Amino acid sequence: MNLHRVWAVARTDLRQLAKSRDYWLPMGLLAALFFIVIPVVALNVVTSAQDSEVVTQIGTVLDTLPLTIQENIQGDTPEVQAAFAIAVYLLAPIAVVVPLTIAAAVGSNTIVGERERGTGEFLAHSPITERELYTGKLLAALIPGYGATLVGFGIYSLLVNLIVGPDLGGWFFPTSGWWVLILWVVPPAIAIALSLIVRISARVQSAAAAQQAASLVSLPVIVISYAVASGLVYDPARTGLVTGLVAWMIAYLGLASGSRALRREILLGIGIKSAKRVTVPKR
Amino acid sequence: MSDPAITFSRVGRRFGDIEAVRDLDITVAAGSVAVLLGPNGAGKTTTVRLATGALQAHAGVIKVLGMDPRVDGNDIRRLSGVVPPKAAFYDRLTGRENLEFAAKLWELGAAAPIAAAAERFGISEALGQEVGGYSTGMRTRLALARAILHDPTILLLDEPTAGLDPESARAVLDLIRDMAGQGRTIVMCTHLLHEAEGIADQVVLMNEGHAWVAGHPDHLAEQYWRDTRVHIDAEDRTVLEVLPDLEGVVAATFNGHVTAELDDLNRLPDIIEKLVGRGARLTRVEPIQPTLEELYFEMQRHRRRQREGAGS
Repeated sequence: MNLHRVWAVARTDLRQLAKSRDYWLPMGLLAALFFIVIPVVALNVVTSAQDSEVVTQIGTVLDTLPLTIQENIQGDTPEVQAAFAIAVYLLAPIAVVVPLTIAAAVGSNTIVGERERGTGEFLAHSPITERELYTGKLLAALIPGYGATLVGFGIYSLLVNLIVGPDLGGWFFPTSGWWVLILWVVPPAIAIALSLIVRISARVQSAAAAQQAASLVSLPVIVISYAVASGLVYDPARTGLVTGLVAWMIAYLGLASGSRALRREILLGIGIKSAKRVTVPKR
Repeated sequence: MSDPAITFSRVGRRFGDIEAVRDLDITVAAGSVAVLLGPNGAGKTTTVRLATGALQAHAGVIKVLGMDPRVDGNDIRRLSGVVPPKAAFYDRLTGRENLEFAAKLWELGAAAPIAAAAERFGISEALGQEVGGYSTGMRTRLALARAILHDPTILLLDEPTAGLDPESARAVLDLIRDMAGQGRTIVMCTHLLHEAEGIADQVVLMNEGHAWVAGHPDHLAEQYWRDTRVHIDAEDRTVLEVLPDLEGVVAATFNGHVTAELDDLNRLPDIIEKLVGRGARLTRVEPIQPTLEELYFEMQRHRRRQREGAGS
């Protein structure tokens, strides 16, 4: 596999994405909503709560968590404990929702976009291999999704430490669970979703159909990842590492089979189910 | 004929129950210009796609530069330049960025002659603009620049002048002449007969996925063109008024220029001798040659007659 060609494909897609304001602006807003707006509002409400009933309700929720987790919750007052629990445990799934949503939006348009533009014909006649193209397209979808997550995670960490940190005696975030989640679990989770989405992108007739199908596929992946993310921050050592390992293995299998499924003819719009065909009159 | 650069032997390709090409036999000599002529749906685009291995044949054998596209597709594509029917680009990228992308796919490195290719097709000044703002002509010029960026051994042009202004169309035909002059092998698909005029070493007439006639235009004219008319002119035209009386002349018309219809073109030397004997100083003796368009329709008629004969 020629990595220069792989990167050329990825970079071309990323350059287009960077110039498509109508595409990245909603995605940026989504990331900002999950990593900035919701945490800031939630943490501020809790830490500055005058209404003890709110804190009491959150305390009730915290009481339902496993005992080991309850023991790990830091803070001297119920408000601080609630803020800690929200920051560390309850908002963990946003680290999965954001990259998967962004990666799905980008990935669904990759192959079908080439076909719709007509650039698929150019690629089909070029010396790039199907595997190189597939990998390049995958990177082009993975980089903005994971990149947004890393940036969002950094901002989230900063905000959490600024809002809750003073009450806990200093910086406390990210915790080990979050490091495992961000560095070990999120990348394969994106790869699993993309292995399905890029394959869909190669098989559908239009970008609109690809978006719809990608949503259907990514939704269960998001739900599963959401549940896993929620669980593993409670138990990063075992759940996180094992989950990540399994996710990497599934991702590898998905990517390997997805790479084989991309054929050059698909770039020409041939082999697509129900594709319109130019009829040649019969003799 | 020099060694073939491209050979198709009984090649077939189906799309479902539709035969896009069937029993296709084509041989293109290295360093020659072959023009695939035929109506829409004749199988020309499929032929180009099969040649580079973008599509796989279901039957027959294809050799391009001695290689099998099914096995050595990437090597063939590395040596081929293709101008597709739709000059498609990444519209949000500039012309330069699109060419840089092509240069990377062909591993040309920093030495990629992007500026030279753009200069050749007169788009240097537009290179920094997003391709989305290009006119159809500019897009085609950019497609041409992209196709020759890696100095291909084989150039395949699929309806390259479709929808082009005359200037851009001329740029396409000039490129073909230039590349042919450099010994490159060129295959051009078109349904516009006048485009093939004067550039084709070989014309392949395709229809219904099959090549039914192939050859040099002159040879095809010899084979299919039965016109026995001759343009004749002399310093003193009155001498030519004897033409209808000469043996072998079926008819003669005198409207602006003189045209004599003979019963056999082989009689022409005798007729010239007689006219000279009568004191004519001839300035023009030119058997009427068909345009490619006339030849095409004559061959179509010939083929129809053959099929009707076979059917009865």
